[in-house]
Amino acid sequence: MISTSGLTYAYNEKILAFPDLKIESGNHLLLLGESGSGKTTLLHLLGGLLRSQKGSIKVANTDVQNLTQSELDSFRGRHIGFIFQKNHLISALTVFQNLMLAPFLSHQPQNPNWIEQLLEKLSIAEKRNSQIKELSHGQAQRVAIARALMNKPQILLADEPTSALDDTNCNRVIDLLLEVASWNQSSLVIATHDQRLKNRFQNQILL
Amino acid sequence: MNVFILSWSYQKSKPLHTGLNIVLLGLGIAVITIILLLNDQLEKKIEDNSRGIDLVVGAKGSPLQLILCNIFHIDFPTGNIKLQEAEKLAGNRLVKWAIPMALGDSYMGYRIVGSTKNYVDHYGGELAEGFWWQNDLEVCVGAAVAERLQLQVGSSFHSMHGLTLESSEHEGHGYVVKGILKRSNTVLDQLILTNVQSIWQVHDHDSARQVDGPASRLIPGLHSGDSTKEITSLLIKYQNPIAAIQLPRFINTQTPLQAASPAFETARLFSILGIGAELMMGFAYVIIIISALSIFIALYNSLKERKYDLAIMRSMGASKTSLVTTVLLEGLSLTFFGTVFGLVLGHIALLLFTVFVADAKQMELTSSVFIAEEWLILAASLLLGLLCSVLPSWQAYRTDIHKILAGNG
Repeated sequence: MISTSGLTYAYNEKILAFPDLKIESGNHLLLLGESGSGKTTLLHLLGGLLRSQKGSIKVANTDVQNLTQSELDSFRGRHIGFIFQKNHLISALTVFQNLMLAPFLSHQPQNPNWIEQLLEKLSIAEKRNSQIKELSHGQAQRVAIARALMNKPQILLADEPTSALDDTNCNRVIDLLLEVASWNQSSLVIATHDQRLKNRFQNQILL
Repeated sequence: MNVFILSWSYQKSKPLHTGLNIVLLGLGIAVITIILLLNDQLEKKIEDNSRGIDLVVGAKGSPLQLILCNIFHIDFPTGNIKLQEAEKLAGNRLVKWAIPMALGDSYMGYRIVGSTKNYVDHYGGELAEGFWWQNDLEVCVGAAVAERLQLQVGSSFHSMHGLTLESSEHEGHGYVVKGILKRSNTVLDQLILTNVQSIWQVHDHDSARQVDGPASRLIPGLHSGDSTKEITSLLIKYQNPIAAIQLPRFINTQTPLQAASPAFETARLFSILGIGAELMMGFAYVIIIISALSIFIALYNSLKERKYDLAIMRSMGASKTSLVTTVLLEGLSLTFFGTVFGLVLGHIALLLFTVFVADAKQMELTSSVFIAEEWLILAASLLLGLLCSVLPSWQAYRTDIHKILAGNG
């Protein structure tokens, strides 16, 4: 599903070199590292939010390096779902509209039924037409997760999804992420410095 | 979800900002709309009313007053001229035709014009009911006069001296309405028409006295040569283009009369009024520029707040160009709504003006016309909206999503 080789990225003088990755379809990976280790950079490289200067990235049988910028944008929309530490929901829109935005922006068919199913599965169905500011933090995170799943991506990339949470909620979120990944046979890649996640994942890379 | 819902949702999330911008732009547009509508109608009215009349000849005084009084009937006469002099002038070889005017009286604010049937024919006036006046003290009234004053064929009234409602009434001589004119959208609608002799009779001239002599060139049924008779003015049509050069100069230098050209005087009037209109226009442009600035600042600031939104949209697969489109559309829709609001406001303001201001009522101004310039206003403001959103959309275009989403943007 994901494979990289000889990947490096240069921030001015600081050069980050990443170990080669290979993730099979449906398998998960934990990228562990302190801040500044480059785990977010690697995650963004995999998700096409950032383009590398060197090395190759193959995601879903596509050589990401060879895509033009607009091809990359649409590729990202179709195949990759992002979950960030902050929810970054769009407060001008309702929950439903936030979710509708994902297929709209990536030119995928807008399917309201799928939204109802997702909201049901994540037990936030009653928040369908709520404003974002009316949601609790947990609810908002569920909406953000639902949004990442809107286009049924093969790959879910999560950046520090648990670092601001207490132990109970941390476990709940990881359970949820693993669960939603299994619905769609998606590969889950989590970048974090949160040591609590260590014993939840078999595949780990320390950066 | 579509791009319109998206940009509308952003505007709805800041109702005060959006409202202020729309109202501000709307005010500027409304002022321009009002001025354009007024200008358009006034120009049309002036053209319609002075069409075909090359020269107005009256007593010495202000030439502008001569035109305002004798063509538009909104000012007082400059004085009287001797009928004898007028007759002489009417016989000049440079004059194609001449129509006598005897003014000075009114009824309920509407002017009574003593003239001949030629005056009505010149404006293409037709009867809606009744007959043309034939004898002294018989009148035909314009459509607007009949409507406002509830006059019917057979009604009678006493005229008043001057043009105002407070003027003293002429007692003794009552007018009788013989006919009512069809609406012609000219000054005729606002007039009460009769023959010249009626005006003399009301003013106690010795109209019974008849002097022998050849028949009058100007006034049917009258003999010329009476040195006591006076009228207010003559409306003249030139015989040929040479007359335009020779006749006014001849009149102004060789006779005790004064000649004024409607075309020249109305142009002069417009250049005087134009200063006021230009000042208002300038004021409107300032409001519009401020509103454009306000829209620009609103977009620019909101984009700063929305950098996460933009980055997240990119992460969901939006291309740079589609973000640019969203921002441009937001600026465009703001100016579109502002402009439409302004155009509607302008028309409503003019409607209130025509309903509540008596002068506007008398001038028959209307708010229910749409002129081509209004499309121009819309196009120009959309262009302005585009201009306001160019820089913010450039900002959206070069959003560095990696930096922002990594938390150090």
